[in-house]
Amino acid sequence: MIAEAGLAALWIAAALALLQLALAVTGIRFDRDDLSAAIRPVAIAQGVLTALAMLLLIAVFTRSDMSVLLVAENSNSMKPMIYKIAGAWGNHEGSMLLWVTILGIAGGAVALFEKRLEPRTLTATLGAQALIAMGFYAFLLISSNPFARIWPPPADGQGLNPLLQDPGLAFHPPTLYFGYVGLSVAFSFAVGALVMRDVGPAFARAMRPWVLGAWIFLTLGITAGSYWAYYELGWGGWWFWDPVENASLMPWLAATALLHSVTVLATRDGLRAWTIMLAVVAFSMSMIGTFLVRSGILTSVHSFAVDPERGTFILALLAIYIGGALALFGWRIGTVRAGNTFELVSREAGLVANNLLLSVMLGIVLIGTLYPLVAQAMGVQLSVGKPFFDKTVGPFALVLVALLYAGPLLRWRRDRVQAVFNRLTVPIAIAALAIAGIFVLAPRAGILPTLGLGLAAGLAAASVAPLWKRDLRRTPLFTYGMVVAHLGVAVSLAGMASDSAFTVERLVAVRVGQAVQVGPYSVTLKGLKPAVGENWSAIEGVLEAQRGDGAPFPMGPQQRFFSAPPTVTNEAAIKTVFDGQLYTTLGDADGQGRRQLRLWWKPFVTLIWLGGGLIALGGLLSLLGRLLRETRSARRARKRAREEADWGEEAWT
Amino acid sequence: MKVTRILIWLPLALFAILLVVVATGIVKPGDRTIHSRMVGKPLPAFTLKPMVANKPGLSPQGFREGGPRLLNVFATWCIPCIAEAPELMELKRRGVAIDAVAVRDTPGDVRKFLARHGDPYARIGDDAKGEVQLEIGSSGVPETFVIDGQGKIAMQHIGAIRRDDIPDIMAALERAK
Repeated sequence: MIAEAGLAALWIAAALALLQLALAVTGIRFDRDDLSAAIRPVAIAQGVLTALAMLLLIAVFTRSDMSVLLVAENSNSMKPMIYKIAGAWGNHEGSMLLWVTILGIAGGAVALFEKRLEPRTLTATLGAQALIAMGFYAFLLISSNPFARIWPPPADGQGLNPLLQDPGLAFHPPTLYFGYVGLSVAFSFAVGALVMRDVGPAFARAMRPWVLGAWIFLTLGITAGSYWAYYELGWGGWWFWDPVENASLMPWLAATALLHSVTVLATRDGLRAWTIMLAVVAFSMSMIGTFLVRSGILTSVHSFAVDPERGTFILALLAIYIGGALALFGWRIGTVRAGNTFELVSREAGLVANNLLLSVMLGIVLIGTLYPLVAQAMGVQLSVGKPFFDKTVGPFALVLVALLYAGPLLRWRRDRVQAVFNRLTVPIAIAALAIAGIFVLAPRAGILPTLGLGLAAGLAAASVAPLWKRDLRRTPLFTYGMVVAHLGVAVSLAGMASDSAFTVERLVAVRVGQAVQVGPYSVTLKGLKPAVGENWSAIEGVLEAQRGDGAPFPMGPQQRFFSAPPTVTNEAAIKTVFDGQLYTTLGDADGQGRRQLRLWWKPFVTLIWLGGGLIALGGLLSLLGRLLRETRSARRARKRAREEADWGEEAWT
Repeated sequence: MKVTRILIWLPLALFAILLVVVATGIVKPGDRTIHSRMVGKPLPAFTLKPMVANKPGLSPQGFREGGPRLLNVFATWCIPCIAEAPELMELKRRGVAIDAVAVRDTPGDVRKFLARHGDPYARIGDDAKGEVQLEIGSSGVPETFVIDGQGKIAMQHIGAIRRDDIPDIMAALERAK
């Protein structure tokens, strides 16, 4: 019954989406504001129904109802509860339902909370959101029904990929999806603005919090995903330029650019067409990313089933939505009045440079990810790997970091080069000193890592410079947000550069009792012992690590054997200290009584994810700051209106 | 004004190209049987120095005696190469002799790769610039060639070897005897 109720909720939600679109079209076409007024409740109801469908899917998973095909294929009654819940989205159908659910919730949230947008633009925006939703409902209901039954039901299910059985990963896809799909709001805003020819500062101020919200989730999702890959895959790397990772990076790059250009539109009424374009591109990248991952046309470590029929379906949706939005852009943007212009040295110009660099990086990642497909179309099979991306994206990222020194210190409209350099003296001096120092102390660190560390040190100073000589209590919260986010970039960059410059790696085969030196630590293999979990058994290496004369501590990397489906995974043991991480994994026996150990000492590697967290926190502070300012100014406006009314009455009596 | 007009429609044009590329990817899913123009011809002359200390390097002389062998073109930075590693180990278990060209790689990385994913290779040549790879008619990694006992290329397999490819490869080795 539960499964049928879920399916019914989905069908009704799809019908509501159709109604929502019809209301928007007739409301705008025939100037019927009474029809447009009905669109808000419909959108909210649609959001509630999709959320209900998702909850019902989670319910059949928690009850291990094996008569539902999806549960039988992806779950197992022995699984811990948390993975039964996560199993609901750890597969194709469930993750598409999650996608649609977030789309519905996002539309409902816009209907519920968006008060600043021009009413007709809001109607057009909700119409666009409904149009997107309808395509994905069709996809779900026609080719990927998550509630399909199986008869007779099997005795037990096949289980979930053990790599995915990890508390971090359980909540990684929902976070990322909130980011991906949250960008649909920006897309719909852009379509709404194009339809109503309403592009200006008010529109930008209305769109900004939604973009910020989606971007925070994306940032968190990417950071968490990177850390997951780092400790779960046992390769000691934190970014692999895998198509699935690129699929999450591309919308992030576009959203980061959008976040900065929307500020120009909101503050100075410039970059109108560009901001609209970025809003379209950001969500397009989300959809292309989902398509690349889901259709299985690119080889990836994230194994998903290849299914040409589903691939074709999503491709058709992409063609309609992205092609449609770009065509609308071409058709309408000429009729949007040009915005304000600015000088070559100004905050606006800095933000344009930021946008160009981010766009170039986005282009490189997109081309690099798709190049194997292009080559395949020409009859060649190849893969584009880490060396390509590191060499091409890396330099642009460093230029962007250098630009980040000056950007926040530039004045709007026009500024003087000399004045900018005066403001930058301290950061540039710090960067130069740091680069020289590293070059002397660690000449073998490599050019890019040395530059990275130096630039990061200077950036740390430059990013807090906007607070210099300001009254800290009167500085708005969103300025703190910017400072924290930019500081996060410096922290993260320092971690990346330190990891690639100073990591020590040892791959050894040792007997019990033998000690290995890695970085400042001495690691001894004390023995091996069995370990058992809820649905796995393991061999655990009993290691003892000691730093200099410090107290020795145990570490237990495991080789885990999962029963359903039968798989072996490496469970790294990681010791985090203030200046880095000791990372250990247990390998195979070599048949001569020795055991393989892989040990890393990674100085300051944790800064990578700490920085990612800071960037997201900066976004959150900005979002809160903007919302706070708005409620305050709204309250002030109300108060002024009341005072005026009082004054009017007094004058009357 | 003209330029702006073109710029406005440029994104749609780029997207159309992207769509065509991706669509061909779906319509023509990974054709793995394209033969290079080198198939049927003897290996070109080359000498590759050893990649790791305990194994010899590679030259065509090594393929002219002792029956058919596999020549695997791989790289440690290539993810499909990791995927095919167990299948190569399976081929080795079945008694197939396998040599390798390591493309744009370093000895340290190769040693780690072999320690982690298994070592099916008898010889590994260091192709630092990917020149030999191109000469033998391979344009990407991973690729695997069946070389008959006279040093002639009998078959080319493009992309990662999967479990269901093993019978074909075994048959080709049998034919090349």
